[in-house]
Amino acid sequence: MSNQPLTTLASRTVVLPAENIDTDQIIPARFLTVTSKDGLGKHAFNDWRYAEDGSETEHLLNQDAAKASQILVGGHNFGCGSSREHAPWALTDYGFRVVISSEIADIFRSNAVKNGLLPIVIEKGAHNWLLDHPGADVTVDLKKREVRLPGNGGTYRFDVDDFSAHCLMEGVDELGYLDGQAGAIETFEKAQAK
Amino acid sequence: MPKTLFDKIWNAHVVTPEAAAHPATLYIDLHLIHEVTSPQAFTVLRERDLKVRRPDRTLATIDHSTPTLKDEDGAPLYVNDQAKTQVATLLSNAAEQGIETHGWDSDHRGVVHVMGPELGATQPGMTIVCGDSHTSTHGAFGAIAFGIGTTQVGHVLATQCLLMRKPKTMAIELTGELVDGVTPKDVILAIIAKIGVGGGTGYALEYRGAVFEQMSMAGRMTVCNMSIEAGARCGLIAPDETTFEYLRGRPHAPEDYDAAVAEWRNLTTDAGAIFDKVVTIDAAKIRPMATYGTHPGMAAPIDAVIPNSDNEADAKALDYMQVKAGQTMANQTVDRVFVGSCTNGRLEDMRAAASVLSGRQVAKTVRMIVVPGSEQVKAQAEAEGLDAIIIAAGAEWREPGCSMCIAMNGDKAAPGELVVSTSNRNFAGRQGPGARTVLASPETAAASAVAGVVTSVAGLST
Repeated sequence: MSNQPLTTLASRTVVLPAENIDTDQIIPARFLTVTSKDGLGKHAFNDWRYAEDGSETEHLLNQDAAKASQILVGGHNFGCGSSREHAPWALTDYGFRVVISSEIADIFRSNAVKNGLLPIVIEKGAHNWLLDHPGADVTVDLKKREVRLPGNGGTYRFDVDDFSAHCLMEGVDELGYLDGQAGAIETFEKAQAK
Repeated sequence: MPKTLFDKIWNAHVVTPEAAAHPATLYIDLHLIHEVTSPQAFTVLRERDLKVRRPDRTLATIDHSTPTLKDEDGAPLYVNDQAKTQVATLLSNAAEQGIETHGWDSDHRGVVHVMGPELGATQPGMTIVCGDSHTSTHGAFGAIAFGIGTTQVGHVLATQCLLMRKPKTMAIELTGELVDGVTPKDVILAIIAKIGVGGGTGYALEYRGAVFEQMSMAGRMTVCNMSIEAGARCGLIAPDETTFEYLRGRPHAPEDYDAAVAEWRNLTTDAGAIFDKVVTIDAAKIRPMATYGTHPGMAAPIDAVIPNSDNEADAKALDYMQVKAGQTMANQTVDRVFVGSCTNGRLEDMRAAASVLSGRQVAKTVRMIVVPGSEQVKAQAEAEGLDAIIIAAGAEWREPGCSMCIAMNGDKAAPGELVVSTSNRNFAGRQGPGARTVLASPETAAASAVAGVVTSVAGLST
């Protein structure tokens, strides 16, 4: 139930440069009738990856190099749209541990952290570099809050709040933390009832 | 210090204040659940041997995977067994935990954001969540209401709380008055077109100005519903007499109603309160809108030319929609029309569509379905004879549900078909692979069904 800890990882990137990649693209709604989280990776970006007859298209995500990647670089405003947690489930099941963009939608970002998927919002310059260098070997260091680009690409800091970083690095989930506040919650409920 | 409405409600629900090391623990007054985003949360509860902390603050319904057609015996025609299992799973999970559930046998079953307000469960000053991004709808009552993911559904089921950092606040000020023929849907599409699909990211919106004060609750819900399409998790409107009158006498309304109203009257933004951002829009300039691209920010007046853009994503969107910069959405050929959803599936929306269809016929080349937002909407519409008008015009009158808004129950368009839809998202493939969605008001949707091409009501010859 806890996630795999994430501290530092190095991987080639997969770049999907389109802006406003919405959660209907990441996992179309017709795959949401499941009652478990497992096995959604094969439907990640389903309508980009498969033709109407179900055969694989030439899409980047069907290539072995992409399947081995852990870092997804998306265009601006990645993950907009619905609250479906199936989107990060599909991405992590596919193999991604990090999503980088110049902007990431709020609910997607919140859902990602809870599933061991690190959402990184990075400054425009670094984002443009990443978009221009698909397949680059990039290192993400969560402890130092750094993305290190190869060659002369440079090193860029990113923000992630301490709590999310702690959860990601330790692989813990938030329910245990919330459950630990049962006393405070009870006090609140009593006060509210008055 | 003067406070915004958002700050007042937020502050009243903080169990543990946020700090650098952790987010705030926020208490949730009302948790709405449905079949799609809850099963994995109940699984987590079972794995940890946890109970639902406050079943009395939880309400369940079935809406997303439910078919809008039934067989001869009145049994729902599911798209597949997985959908049927998902609905059965919600019903058994909710029953096991003692949660009030509006399933097939309830005359209140409906799209979760239509049902909550109808029951009077949605009230001013509340914090409301649901595993659905359009939970922002409930902000129309002066509540902080936002969508959450399934992990958070589990958190709220188990603890009635969420971990959250407080968003910034943005005022959307509408000045002046709307011109005739402009609907709440046009207002929110114009707002999203102005601030962009990411413009509200990180913010809670408050819609302010006489236009919203004069709007019905249905209209306010349409506006708040689409806050998320600007990237804002929630959007709210201060409650007033319209709100109080709407809720009076509803099944879940407070027993001592006058006392509740007296408290609710304090739920306004204080004079002099500072928003992190203010956006001002001239209401008089808003016209009936339609989207022309593949996100809700790509919206313009129906008669306006589609703007030129050097942005690659925009160009791709126009290609997908099979339209070109310099054209208008007016007169684009329509294949299907969908009236319904948590955005525009309320009684007022049914009336709006029926009033346009009355004495007219849906074009032979168009297939139109009208899907009431709830059993209540369906019953009231039928009591008013709206179903008869809609059917006489050649449209289909279906069972309540999310239907073609999310197109996961089997209601969908074929590849390449152009759908004028009163729903909230025009993403590529949202209404079926390859389907092209044009978002618009119920009035515009019905007019377009009659004309066979995209048009406002004003563009219809009588």
